[in-house]
Amino acid sequence: MIDLEAARYLWHPIAASSDLVPRHVFHAQILGRELALWRADDDNVNAWENRCLHRGVRLSIGINDGTELLCQYHGWRYANRTAGCTYIPAHPADAPARTICNNTYPAMEQYGLVWSGESPEGPLPVLSTVDTSFFTPLRAVTVNATSQDLLLPLIQGYTTRLPASDDNRPRYGADTPDAFTIILRVADRSQTGSTPVADIAFFLQPVDAGRTTIRGILCGIDEHNTDAQTLNDLLRFHNRLLCTIRDRLESTLADAPSPAPWIPIIAAVSENQASLPAMSDTGNSTPLRIRVASIDSLSPTVRHFRFEPLDDLPESQLPTAQPGAHIDVQLPNGLVRQYSLINGPGETDHYAIAVKREAASRGGSQALHEQLRVGDLLASSVPRNNFTLRRDAEHTHLIAGGIGLTPLLAMARALHHMGRPYTLHHFAAQDTELLFQSELQAMSGEYLCHVGLTPSQTAATMAELLATPDAHQHLYLCGPAPMLQCARDTAAACQWPEHTVHFEYFSNPEARDDSSAFEVDLARSGLSLNVPAGQSLLSVLRENGVTLPSSCEQGACGTCRVTVLDGTPDHQDVYLSESEKARGDCLMSCVSRARSQKLTLDL
Amino acid sequence: MSTPCSDPVALGLWHPLAAIEDIPPSSDQHTRLLGQALRYRKDAGNQVAVFDGDRPLPVTQAYGYVWTCLGTPARPLFDLPEYAEPDRRNVCAATVGVRVSAPRAVENFLDMGHFPFVHTGILGVEPHTEVREYQVELNEDKDEILATECIFYQPQAAAGASGGIMADYIYRVPHPYCSVLYKSCPTDESRLDVIALFLQPVDEETVRAHALVSVIDTQSSDLDIRLFQQTIFSQDKPILENQLPKRLPLDPRAETPIRADKVAIVYRRWLRAKGLQYGVIPAAA
Repeated sequence: MIDLEAARYLWHPIAASSDLVPRHVFHAQILGRELALWRADDDNVNAWENRCLHRGVRLSIGINDGTELLCQYHGWRYANRTAGCTYIPAHPADAPARTICNNTYPAMEQYGLVWSGESPEGPLPVLSTVDTSFFTPLRAVTVNATSQDLLLPLIQGYTTRLPASDDNRPRYGADTPDAFTIILRVADRSQTGSTPVADIAFFLQPVDAGRTTIRGILCGIDEHNTDAQTLNDLLRFHNRLLCTIRDRLESTLADAPSPAPWIPIIAAVSENQASLPAMSDTGNSTPLRIRVASIDSLSPTVRHFRFEPLDDLPESQLPTAQPGAHIDVQLPNGLVRQYSLINGPGETDHYAIAVKREAASRGGSQALHEQLRVGDLLASSVPRNNFTLRRDAEHTHLIAGGIGLTPLLAMARALHHMGRPYTLHHFAAQDTELLFQSELQAMSGEYLCHVGLTPSQTAATMAELLATPDAHQHLYLCGPAPMLQCARDTAAACQWPEHTVHFEYFSNPEARDDSSAFEVDLARSGLSLNVPAGQSLLSVLRENGVTLPSSCEQGACGTCRVTVLDGTPDHQDVYLSESEKARGDCLMSCVSRARSQKLTLDL
Repeated sequence: MSTPCSDPVALGLWHPLAAIEDIPPSSDQHTRLLGQALRYRKDAGNQVAVFDGDRPLPVTQAYGYVWTCLGTPARPLFDLPEYAEPDRRNVCAATVGVRVSAPRAVENFLDMGHFPFVHTGILGVEPHTEVREYQVELNEDKDEILATECIFYQPQAAAGASGGIMADYIYRVPHPYCSVLYKSCPTDESRLDVIALFLQPVDEETVRAHALVSVIDTQSSDLDIRLFQQTIFSQDKPILENQLPKRLPLDPRAETPIRADKVAIVYRRWLRAKGLQYGVIPAAA
């Protein structure tokens, strides 16, 4: 028996690099555990538990779309690298809870092989005694035997001379640096004539209790300078020899009882994933540490910032975002500002934002443009998504004003990638505000720019665009407040159903009135609190130990939404639609107050 | 592989074995139930007898199928009154072997979210993927689960359908291994078509899935109805056979449900409350 416990902490080969062809999912197994292996278009290799955590369907029968892996059963999408769920088609209006994330395992490529393990510690095996200039993987041969059973017959197969006179194979000397590795070095190169000879490294992949895959590599053969026929003959020779070793060993072991299979322990999903998920996180914190990896000018006034995790460790991995999400960035001057992520699907090794330097900056865009340098460290929140892209529309209309393009760019990238029809309209004061033009032109959706329109021309264009509403079409709006108001009014006048019109304000353009005082009862906490004039409900809640996520704190982003059980809210936000406000069953705790004397909240 | 079943709940249930019309008369037939080999035989009068070795087992002939019980039946087989309506087409539409536990197969039958992805172009199509809120209740008197107000966009809801509809579904789970689906009838708005799934647990991780289709449809031939149902089953089979583990985990932390899975959550709780062991991975106490 091999030492299963020790084997959990080792790196094992699980595939040849060439097995991971583009847009394919490879089914691998080590120590009884199945893995779904797939290479994303950015060349990142993913090694995941071979099991969708929704209903347990193997992900190896899923679809690799180059950026995300889709489960065949319900179309759940899991992001490259993080394995975080980015979309649940059954609930298109909801951003998946951030905690929905498949189990992942580390994966590395070396010597033409893909390596992984349950929790490997230390470095990959190093081949120090052979020529490591070139590697040629042999065809993997799987044997119904333990690696321990296999070790000696494999060495003998290569080192024992056959009596036949035509046995002119090279003599090998064997070395076994560990229980899973055999190094065969050519002992005498003079014997072998014109056939190229190569040292061989064999790595034994413990597939299951009684099953081992032999992964061999020929070392030091430059395939480009070797005649194809010669190379083929060499590979065939080794394949025949390995098959012979397998057949002999399996017939020797035929009567031996087969060992009980290893049953891998599959981690239970977290507590909050096991029940029907509440779609929220807590705290107004900026818990992530990010590093400014690059700053590029997109136009005279707009810069592109790329933020990366501090290191490659799995625990530093940036949480998965979906199109429409934003992060709160804590700036060097102490301000916290919200920026939409523009990342396309599968771009999970960084966060990208595009920021316009506002002439009337309140300190945010100015700090980013003037103070930030490549290499600076910042704090950021996890991505929050209160502007969720439904992907079940027959057609999606994205209407952007100026830098309001940013969340819609992420949406367009996702829709383009999924092959869903969309149209992107970009309203801009001048040509220099048109960003990402060549990419948007190359994408599948229609892309139309409207530059330098007066307010009345904008209104007329909007009326034209929105003239024919359709229940299966959805409208996404982001831009300056006057343009948003114009688009919303036009959509309402054209009778777009309200639930098909989605919008995100940069900020709340309305003056807030915090002169009222009211009481709140917190139904779940059993607290009764007084909110005095001049103080927000959110800050009163915080002072009393009720943590609540928040972001913009001016009624624009929707993060601090709270359910109202009783009483009439005085909304004052620009996040909710008119009918949501009229229903009065939720409010934004940062700006909303009460029209009734008392509110009862679901907190 | 299959050890004899010792679960008193599963032993006390009626289980389907075969469509009566499919049994050749006066010759011994063989099948497996709960890991046990059984023999059955139909006489000239269409009466079926079932034997465990030489021991005769109780038999019920209902809904086109022969049913038996390895222990003492805890209660009569559930009611399916629509079967007796004179103008219905009752077709034993399919018997398909699937390497999955019976409860996994029931959950798949109760699931609307997979329609656009597994039954593409028939029971669903992208981008119409939304599963709207529906109602689920456990009827304590009848000891069955009822899910109502289930609405889903379907391009071709039945063999007799042409063009897409918002299909209205009602699901019943009257038996741990059986489920009945009522859906809007494409040819008569006032009636409901019935599709019933009767699972024969061959062993803990293998079923034979039997389908009864009971529809108001004067146009489609029996063959059309069978081909439709068998197409649907053949699309589900590879998905079900790739579910890990094959037995249904009753521990709530084994898998991640969403709101669309409300009926499955109630189903898992119901199985837990019954103390059913066969075909499930019981939750740790």
